[in-house]
Amino acid sequence: MNKIVVEGLKYKYPLSETLALDNISFSVKEGEFIGIIGRNSAGKSTLCQAIVGLVPHFYKGAYGGKVLVDGLEVKTHSIADISLKAGMVFQNPFTQVTGSKMTVYEEIAFGLENIGVPRTEMINRIDEVLHLFKIEHVKDHNPFDLSGGQMQRMAIASIIAMKPEIILLDEPTSQLDPGGSEEVFQAVQSLKNQGITILMAEHKMEKVAQYCDKVLLLESGKVVDYDTPEVVFSRNDLDVFGVTAPVYTKVCQALGVKKKGADTYPVTLKEAEAALKEMRR
Amino acid sequence: MIKVKNLSFSYKQNPQVLSDIQLEFDQRSTAIIGQNGAGKTTFVKLLKGLLKPNAGQIVVKGQVIKEQTAAELSRTIGLVFQNPNDQIFKRSVLEEVMFGPLNIKMEKSEAKEKAIEALRLVGLEHQLDINPHDLSLSEKKLLCIASVIAMDTDIIIFDEPTIAQDSNGKEKIRRIIRTLKEKGKLVMTIIHDMDFVAENFERTIVFNQGRVLADGPTREVFSQKQELLRAKVEPPYITQLADKLGIPGTILTIDEFIAKYHSVK
Repeated sequence: MNKIVVEGLKYKYPLSETLALDNISFSVKEGEFIGIIGRNSAGKSTLCQAIVGLVPHFYKGAYGGKVLVDGLEVKTHSIADISLKAGMVFQNPFTQVTGSKMTVYEEIAFGLENIGVPRTEMINRIDEVLHLFKIEHVKDHNPFDLSGGQMQRMAIASIIAMKPEIILLDEPTSQLDPGGSEEVFQAVQSLKNQGITILMAEHKMEKVAQYCDKVLLLESGKVVDYDTPEVVFSRNDLDVFGVTAPVYTKVCQALGVKKKGADTYPVTLKEAEAALKEMRR
Repeated sequence: MIKVKNLSFSYKQNPQVLSDIQLEFDQRSTAIIGQNGAGKTTFVKLLKGLLKPNAGQIVVKGQVIKEQTAAELSRTIGLVFQNPNDQIFKRSVLEEVMFGPLNIKMEKSEAKEKAIEALRLVGLEHQLDINPHDLSLSEKKLLCIASVIAMDTDIIIFDEPTIAQDSNGKEKIRRIIRTLKEKGKLVMTIIHDMDFVAENFERTIVFNQGRVLADGPTREVFSQKQELLRAKVEPPYITQLADKLGIPGTILTIDEFIAKYHSVK
């Protein structure tokens, strides 16, 4: 079943002369994990905002086409209605923090209070996400006293606590160390395994290749490609779109080593190891 | 250029963030790696004089920094913060970049010259009159880099410069580091992108729980697998792949990999 359907979406920010999103069409099935890639200003963040309704309801501007989120048309529903279906983690956790709460614990409770979750259920959910993102030890700290990495994990935790069926994450691991990013990807994967639909804008291509079912490549607000990581990263024109393939793909491309029985290059450590060992035989 | 002796530090009554650090810095480009919370940012804030050590001494270019004010030190050491919003406060890109140079008493004309040169290096020279807050996160990071470069200090420290950068942005940062290095400056960078470290830094220091766990030429550090594991640092992806294939030595770049792969075959 299609969880998200985007049809001919066009959007222009107020005062801007060019389209930020230019005739975008694609659909996402329930439980899929989609990576959105492309150079900065290609339209990744704007697209995420168009799915949660901040575009057009908050930013205004010129809008055309259609976005359906679990059957709701974004244009004709309020941000509040859509927020029950889809939650978004912002690129800069600083922008997301409410500023009205004194502790991490209350900050995570904010979204839950707003959607009227019963108190006992709230406590359970907050404890769960504090644990999942390893921020239990800072639960009584002021959100603005956290390190970049902790703040980013709090931002993700506050959205996940709301248990939306669709989660959008805009570069959620930018401030995290490699161990921390890996943990976030694993947590996101476990949400996917529970049937939650995920869209993530991300620059860490090795991770996108390893975890995403499909990759949406954007350039100047247009869809360049929408396919499996193998197919997208095997393109030889990624440079043109300001993207580089995972290190593993680059090595195999340089050596001309494709995946066994396929016309695509390996995209993960495991696949590259297998293909390169096979070549040596 | 910098000597750090028996340096220890803690925030208020909390447990020690840094314990007994001994380090010397020369002109080699240096990457500082380690987990979030290992003490990396605290360490560079101490070097910059923004925090005062509880014990130990830091000597920068022959001067004990305890005896200098943060203002005096700012002629020698520049630090680009991790979060650009902590740094930006002027109303145009040009004013923002000129602020530092003017504060260290550079002439207005020279300050402008240095500012424009720095903005050219980061690729923002066409946006002089824009309000910094209208820039994207990646552009704000580049703006902050320019603001520090314009002060023309001998030592420049970056705290996670590649955050939010796409591949073009990373290429820019690679070029900036190389240019500063060629000018004889000490470039020190806190960074989590290990393949970027492997390709661009001569020396790597691994921090773990407030201590220096490994230090040396980058290749040597990435060959110390046990230490890296203890510090929860992953080797670069290319190094991991080379290991899986049994290629001897420590491979740091794709080019090295390709050369060795053929010879091993």
